[in-house]
This record gives sequence, structure tokens and C-alpha cells, in this order.
Amino acid sequence: MRYTKVVTLEEAIRKSGLRDGMTVSFHHHFRGGDKVVNLVVAKLAEMGFKDLHLAASSLSDVHAPLIEHIRNGVITKISTSGLRGELANEISHGLLKEPVVFRSHGGRGSAIASGELHIDVAFLGASSCDELGNASGCPRSENAKSICGSLGYALPDARYADHVVILTDDLVPYPNVPKSISACDVESVVVVDSVGDSSKISSGAIRDSKNPRDILLAKQAAKVIINSGYFKDGFSIQTGTGGASLAAVKYIRESMLEQGIKASFALGGITAHMVKLHQEGLIGRLVDVQSFDKVAAESIATDQMHQEVSAVEYASADHVGSAVHALDIVILSALEVDVNFNVNVLVGSDGIIRGAIGGHPDTAEDSALSIIVCPLLRGRIPCVVPKVTTLITPGKGVDVVVTEYGIAVNPTRPEIAARLEAAGLKVVDIHDLAAKARSIIGEPDELPFGDRVVGIVMDRHGKVLDEIHNIVD
Amino acid sequence: MMFVPGNNPGMMADAHIYGPDSIMLDLEDSVTMAEKDAARLLVHNALKSIDFGGTEMVVRINPLNTPYGRKDVEAVVKAGVDVIRMPKTETADEVRELEAEIVKVETELGCVGRTLIMAAIESALGVVNAYEIATASKRMMGIALGAEDYSANLKTQRTPGGAELLLARETIVVAARAAGIACFDTVYSNLDDMDTFRKEVELIKTLGFDGKSIINPRQIEVVNEVFAPSQKDIDKALRIIAAIKEAQAKGSGVIAVNGKMVDRPVVIRAERTVALAIASGILAKEEAL
Repeated sequence: MRYTKVVTLEEAIRKSGLRDGMTVSFHHHFRGGDKVVNLVVAKLAEMGFKDLHLAASSLSDVHAPLIEHIRNGVITKISTSGLRGELANEISHGLLKEPVVFRSHGGRGSAIASGELHIDVAFLGASSCDELGNASGCPRSENAKSICGSLGYALPDARYADHVVILTDDLVPYPNVPKSISACDVESVVVVDSVGDSSKISSGAIRDSKNPRDILLAKQAAKVIINSGYFKDGFSIQTGTGGASLAAVKYIRESMLEQGIKASFALGGITAHMVKLHQEGLIGRLVDVQSFDKVAAESIATDQMHQEVSAVEYASADHVGSAVHALDIVILSALEVDVNFNVNVLVGSDGIIRGAIGGHPDTAEDSALSIIVCPLLRGRIPCVVPKVTTLITPGKGVDVVVTEYGIAVNPTRPEIAARLEAAGLKVVDIHDLAAKARSIIGEPDELPFGDRVVGIVMDRHGKVLDEIHNIVD
Repeated sequence: MMFVPGNNPGMMADAHIYGPDSIMLDLEDSVTMAEKDAARLLVHNALKSIDFGGTEMVVRINPLNTPYGRKDVEAVVKAGVDVIRMPKTETADEVRELEAEIVKVETELGCVGRTLIMAAIESALGVVNAYEIATASKRMMGIALGAEDYSANLKTQRTPGGAELLLARETIVVAARAAGIACFDTVYSNLDDMDTFRKEVELIKTLGFDGKSIINPRQIEVVNEVFAPSQKDIDKALRIIAAIKEAQAKGSGVIAVNGKMVDRPVVIRAERTVALAIASGILAKEEAL
């Protein structure tokens, strides 16, 4: 190779022109196994950087080491889709002076594309990369060890960041094709021991939930879909990865086989369940922003009809070409739903951040039929409430709420309520569900929120939707 | 009939959403000695405060010869339980002893006769005395087989085919039918083997049992599927019942459906088919009227 972009991490950082106060970005395709964020931020701290804005597509339990870097002033601002674990707990208690900015996946893509979220340097982990920077989430050699499939959430960063550094643990000969990230967008390539812990990046084979409540909710959700009026040949579908969502796919599959119905495409985070239906010929195309398990990652590496999309192509509100505009049905979960069908997927009922917005508001708003699957109670916590703790997905985009105590349909969709009732499903008023939860649990104490704003929730159109306050113990 | 541990509030609150025909809150084997008092209090309050959506509520008490049995009776009768299940029943006298305890509490409450009794037969002696047990009290609504203790008592063990239980099962069905009460089969504990479970349910349906005891909501579907009558049987049963109503309206004593005379056993079977179809969730109550 006459030319190479391979340098050490320190060289790459120096070359990037990064200065104090700038924005660095990361993706979360390695999920709970991610090593890139901690590795890079530790190096930035070691090199003496301060006051950085960390803009990640999402953060999780594994990123607890950021707490020290926040205390030391290395990171002073965070933008993300979600926060979990100890980092989330500390931030909920007021660790960061500046509020965390939460965006949906589509909202983040739009904000990056429009320049509202400007990225100075993107540090993007890749499962394979050549010396010029053609990067992929797919394995390209026998040494591949951190495989994640789609790099959809990293693509806006690669395209719009001023400077792009790829980190990989499998440097392969040029050309690394098919590529997800083009060498033309990449300035440096850094080879590291490991970008992720493969056992925590994705689970193995399909595991069907044995939780009886998940199964009950899944069956109800499947019945809602089948009788909604949208279950016809050529329909499109997206599901979450919760036990009930995955189990619902199983029951929908049975009805597809019985009625001879095929789906045109499945969207979003792709799981082994969807790959199975695709391979059986029941789903035409898989449109994949994130491959959730090994089966999905293997499929996207080998199947032409299983294609990667960027977060912008997936769910941007501003780009009419984005896939959510063509989506018929989405099954989503919730931490809380309120009587106005507003949904919270970010802040727990204890007031502590413990989730991620993900594509929830994007898909709910733009799909033709959005179904929230949510138990009425989780232990002693009511999930259908008078008012959500934090507003993430406005109720106008939510059509049906499925609980174990009945199905509530948004009054804006009377035709769906009528179809479900005609099919013998138990349709109830969402106020009755909230009252039922209260009758079982009682009235919870008010949450001890403080005066400081620790998080700002942006809607997918770039406007402030809600604020999250610090929690006081 | 779904077994639910009496010391697990989450499971108790949720049990009825899966649609079992009856819920049995357990104070006996699933509750350790140290938790007997707490579980009794919990079950008492659950019966009083949780809306089980009209599901028949059964409580399995501890045997009366333990320090807990009488306290259990008092707590659950006061909470308005539908049925008390007496474990390890061996003689009719034991049923009468339980009845006396129930009467004592009901008298205090002013509701004598409200609480029914189900006796679990779990030993060789219990099987030998099955008919006497089944007829020991007017409150007896059913008898049930408890196979784990029974097979241990026989000095054998449970097998997938259930050969060791055959006599007990047949005896219990015959005793229940002779007494005009219901009979319920024992639990099947391996949740990962739904195929053997289904075979067992098919077997006990053939033997004549009214239902199966279950330990997990996932088993409900299989029981309903096995016990559910076919659409053909339901249609036929509905035609027979309609013909009876028509005949009664005309004052005619003799009825015929599809050219065949319908006699009393046929009518009883038709009524049972419709009841099963409703219980299995494949026929709405309104359609049966």
C-alpha cells in the first residue's frame, strides 16, 4: 500500500485538530460490549483535553467510567438517545452542570444533517476496516471478533463530522468492500486490541420469551395487528426487541402463513425473528439501521435483500425519503403511557433516567399504526398513569395501547377501535386502565424532583419537548 | 385450576388475567413454615382487595392437624373465599371436621353455607375412601388427585405415561360422578415438556375429568385446546338445545334433530359441550343463548 491512514490513537487525535470545548461523537452499535467510548475518552483525558461535548448515538451501563471524566472536567456536555446504569443515576442526581440533550435516532440524524448538532471529530468503531478507512460492521477476515452488522447510527457522523477517525480491531487488506463508511469520509484509522466485547454486543440464537405476561401481551398485540385493517399483502412492519414484541412476531407469522399474506419490508433494529421470516419468504426486504443479534449481523453480511440504512434514511422527519414514512405498523414498548396516550421510555417511575428514546417517537409519528405494548403494572409500579413522568412520544402519534387488562385505542382512531371490537377484542377506555392500576397499587408518592434541569428532551423536529429535573434522595 | 403460591403478591394480582377457570391460592406446600402466618394474611387481603374478574377463588389450606389449618380456615372464610381445598384427605370424617370449622366461622359472620369444599386425595387410603369423601358433605363441590404424594405413598414414582395413577384417576372420576360433583386431575410440573403435558391432558379428558390443575399460565392454552369441543360438535349441540327450546315452547315432549330422536343423555352432553365451548373461549355466552 503506497498510502495509509493507519496511525496511533494519540496521533489521530492530534491530527484531528481537536481543541477544548469541541464536540466528539460515537455510535452505540457495540451496545453493552462497547469499548470505544471509554478507550477514546480516557486518551482524551490523558492528553489533557477539557470541556468536551460528547455526542453519542446512545450510552449504556458500560460507560460508567465517564463519571470520573465528567468530575474532572474532561466532558462537560452530553448529547445522546439514552442513558443507563450508574452514569444515568449520577446524571439524574445532577452530576453534569449542563443538561444532557436527548434526541431520538431520527432526530439526531436530522440535527447532524442540518448542522444543529455539529460534530468536530467522530470516533467510530468498526468490525473491519482497510488502511484507507473503508469500514464495515461485518466480518471480513478470520480475525474478526467484534461483529455488529449494520453501522446505521454511525453513518450521519461519518458523513457530516469535520474529521472522522475509525477504530478497528480487524485491519483488512484494501478494498474492504462492501463498505458502510467510505474511505473518502475518513481521515485516520486506528488499530486497537478490541472495539467491543463480542459476548455483550449481541445475543446468539432466537430465545422465545417464557414469561406468561409477555406471551399474553404478544398474542394481544398480534390480534390487534391482524384485525387492524393494515394486515394485508405488502404491509411493512417494525418491532422492538422486548420479549412481548419478539413473541408477537411469532404469532403474526402464523397468521401470515394461514392467510397467505407477505410483508414488503421490515424496518429498524433487525432481529433473528425478522431474518427467519425473510428467509422463509414472508418478508421481502430487511431495512436495517441496527442488527440486534448474531443472526441479523450474519444476514446483513451475506444477503443482498438485507440492506443497511443510516439513521437519517431510517427515521428523519425532515427527509421525506426516510423509511418511517413508508412504514405501516410498528410495535413499541413503554415505561409509562398516560391517559392522553403520551409515552415515556426514558425516565423511570423513580425519576431516574433508565432508558433510551431510540426510534420511538420517529416510528410512532410516521407509521400508519403504532401499537404500544405495556403491562398495566410492573411489580408495584403502575405503567398506565394520569400523566407521564417525562414526555418522549406525544400521544397524537400513538394509536393503540395493549395491556394485560385490555386494549385502549386513541379516540382519534375510532375506525381501528371499531375493527378490533368487531373481532371480539376487549377495547377499554385508557382512563379505566389508569384507574384500574390505581385501584390495585394505590396512589404513588410524588417524586422528589429538584430545581435543576439535568436533561432536555428534543422532539424529532428539533424543538424542546420536555425537561428532566434532578432527583433528590 | 391454576395453582398460585400464597406468598407471592405479584403472581396473585396477575393470575386472573390469563383466564384460568379457577385460581387456587396455596397456603400449604408452596409456603415454608416460617412464612405460614405472613402468607395467610396476604391471601386474606388478596381475596378481599383484588378484583379477580369473577374467577372462582380456591384456597388450599394446611391440614387441620397442623398448627396452621384452623387459622387458615378462619382467615379465608372471613375473606369470602369460594372454595376451600383440603389437602391429603383420607376419610369422610376429615371433611366433616373441616365443615364444622367452616360452619363455626360462617355462623359468626352470618353466612352459613357460603363456602364450598374440594378434597384433594393424595394417598392410597384416600383413593379407597373416594366415594365416602365425595359424599361426606353437601358442600363438597369436587375431588382432586394429588399425584406426587399419592405416588410416593404407593412406593412408586411418576412416569410420563402415568400408569401408576390409572386406578386413582379412574376411582376419582367414578366417585365424583356417583356423588354428582366435579373431579380435577393433578398438576404436571415440567414446563419445558408441553408435548407430554398435552398427552396427559388428552388422557385425563378421555378418563372423564372435568379439568386439570396447572402451575403456570402457559399451560392454560393447552388445556383449553384439548378440552375445547370441535366446531362440528358445538354446532350440533347448539342445534339440539335450540330444538329443545322450540319443543318446550310448543309443549311437545319428544324432540328430533336431523330426523333422530333426542333423549336425555344427548341433551346433557349437548349442554356440557356448550359449557365447555364457553369455558374454552371459543363460544361467546351470547351466542349460546
